[in-house]
Amino acid sequence: MNIASSLPSGGDIHLLHRLRALQDRHQHIPPQTIAPLASELGLPVSQVEAVIDFYSFFHRSPRGHFDILFSNCTSCGDLVLMQQLCDLLGVVPGVTRADGLVSVDQTSCVGMCDQGAAALINGRTLTCLSAQQLPALAALIHAGTPLDEWPAEWFAVQDNIRQAALLLNDTLSSGDGLRAAVQAGAEQLLAELRQSSLRGRGGAGFNTSLKWQLCRAAPADTRYVVCNADEGEPGTFKDRVLLTRYAQQVFEGMALCAYAIGAQHGFLYLRGEYRYLLPQLEATLAEMRTANLLGENILQQPGFNFDISIVLGAGAYICGEESALLESLEQKRGVPRVRPPFPVTHGYLGQPTVVDNVETLLAATHIALHGGQWFRDHGTQDSSGTKILSVSGDCMAPGIYEFPFGISLQTLLAACGGQDAQAVQVGGPSGTLVSRAEFGRKLAFEDLATGGSIMIYGAQRDLLAVVRNFTHFFAHESCGFCTPCRVGTPLLRQYLDKIASGHGTAYDREEMARLGKLVKRRSHCGLGQTAANPLLDLLEKFPQVYAERLLHQDYEPFFDLDAALATTRTLTHRDDAEAHLS
Amino acid sequence: MSKIRIATTSLAGCFGCHMSFLDMDERLVGLLEHVEFNRSPLTDIKHCGPCDIGLVEGGLCNAENVHVLREFRQQCKILIAVGACAINGGVPAMRNHYEVQECLEEAFLHGVGVDNPMIPSDPELPLLLSKVHPLHEVVRVDYYLPGCPPPGDAFFTILSDLLAGKEPSLPKAMLHYD
Repeated sequence: MNIASSLPSGGDIHLLHRLRALQDRHQHIPPQTIAPLASELGLPVSQVEAVIDFYSFFHRSPRGHFDILFSNCTSCGDLVLMQQLCDLLGVVPGVTRADGLVSVDQTSCVGMCDQGAAALINGRTLTCLSAQQLPALAALIHAGTPLDEWPAEWFAVQDNIRQAALLLNDTLSSGDGLRAAVQAGAEQLLAELRQSSLRGRGGAGFNTSLKWQLCRAAPADTRYVVCNADEGEPGTFKDRVLLTRYAQQVFEGMALCAYAIGAQHGFLYLRGEYRYLLPQLEATLAEMRTANLLGENILQQPGFNFDISIVLGAGAYICGEESALLESLEQKRGVPRVRPPFPVTHGYLGQPTVVDNVETLLAATHIALHGGQWFRDHGTQDSSGTKILSVSGDCMAPGIYEFPFGISLQTLLAACGGQDAQAVQVGGPSGTLVSRAEFGRKLAFEDLATGGSIMIYGAQRDLLAVVRNFTHFFAHESCGFCTPCRVGTPLLRQYLDKIASGHGTAYDREEMARLGKLVKRRSHCGLGQTAANPLLDLLEKFPQVYAERLLHQDYEPFFDLDAALATTRTLTHRDDAEAHLS
Repeated sequence: MSKIRIATTSLAGCFGCHMSFLDMDERLVGLLEHVEFNRSPLTDIKHCGPCDIGLVEGGLCNAENVHVLREFRQQCKILIAVGACAINGGVPAMRNHYEVQECLEEAFLHGVGVDNPMIPSDPELPLLLSKVHPLHEVVRVDYYLPGCPPPGDAFFTILSDLLAGKEPSLPKAMLHYD
């Protein structure tokens, strides 16, 4: 399938897709292909080089013909399995085997938290991995068996919808929302949306009708609609299910937005981990074109022209931040922009752009048909409607739950069989760590805001290991643009590692907290501003988790000083007193 | 009232922070009414006696750096990590991308123009640590003065605050992280 075929006119081909094709073909980006590619796409070589280095799924040196990436998420990751597979294959994590057959490494959450352990193999998703399965998997690799001949059930992704309400109890037929909107007119659509009080479902909760209104009012000839499907927050997988089951209504939501703001082109920015969804998404777009729900003069409305292209990310959490996403769409590194100006006035290619979450657009389609009041009747005063939650971790029934805003965390835990939890991470690593004492708090923008990630931790979990996992995640995903985050997140990781390994002191804990506050206050974007939340939340709510690991002394170095001289002692054949440090 | 005693040293640094220290210019004269220098390149005193404030420039690249830093920590009531190298390792830490063995082999065995290739092993020479480290990874540090180098005004401000018995606080304009 040609991914590029659906991109905008002029034979325009997206750099990320071209690099992905090179990576697939050669297991890396061969240096000699870079200059020709840059010249063909009319981009500076430096930009292509920068993009290769920025995204995790592009490599400078060859990966294996079978390239396996185990999720390291606390819900869908299992690094013990990774090590077992490495042992079976005779390979070291991160190092391609000498014969080039296979490489094994880690990656950030792959969005399969309800059916872990999960991994990607050559970009395809393996779910429900078990230790029993590994010998067979290793044998297929050793035999060089193509993935298409592997057991199909290994790649099966379940939807696991456990609780459906307003949006998931789907009664919409294709085009219903769009037909209703076109009949009533754009002003009426915006009025219904305003009436609904719909707020963005990505987590920030900006008023959707206001966003559309601002974009519509921004002076420009060209406007864009972008659907943010870069669902990278560990523990979030609702967009995966929405795009599996309700893609048509999501695309229809984009068309509705286009109708309201006067856009002619839209993008679905899909995270690279969901590459397996691409064929069916393209097929849905094709059906919609046939049904005149996309294309020219949509539903016989003269001048209502709109189409959608899909752009596939390449392993960068930061691209879920809307301005970084726009940079990525523009074939650049995903570095967040300075805001203001905001995307509604200066977005894709500097033009007014609406960037909305998958779930927001789905809700818009329902609101267009059923009206704003229908939606407003659910939820709370400040958080109308329902929220689709991705529930994972230590509970009986992980999966997708749709509840009206305002339910207590306790209610959700009862529904999913997670009542015994000692803590819940609401909103993913960038969200809030909630202790048992707070389980009565409400899931709503005015209390516990969440983009949908609910990670449950039972009594047997080591919360320090959980927080360490999150802190490693942020250090890995920092885009490197601003110093407080680029330098700060690895330092926080270092403090946590020191404490977790039993070498930390009270001084380290205080320095870590001080540094965490600095990283929060000084970072350029939301990543750095939230990166310290997990370790600060743990300090506030579970102080004993730190206290029981600390050494009772004034100070302890970060490393073994004498061991740090071992190499040079050997090289110089010295063993005198001066060649040692106590 | 006796003078406040200050010691300064440069470990794996370039003495640029010390040069910047001298950029306090004529304010040094006023400062000297309140302070005296103990161990410092400015006095050539070889070992640090009991001091109130220690200013340490540079990171830790070898065993001798560790001994000097420990002496400062032991003798100084307040220890300040001065400049990018002391705080983060800085330019010397660029070698951290390589193994120390590679660095020594490049410099003493395989480098261009190397005559009589051998890795020096004289006991007079301090051994290199496997990586370059910032100060706070080996001793407790009380304050950090960022910059490459920190401006003379920043030195003056932090010392004036400490002399006045205040918690040091630098205005944003004096904070340079790169």
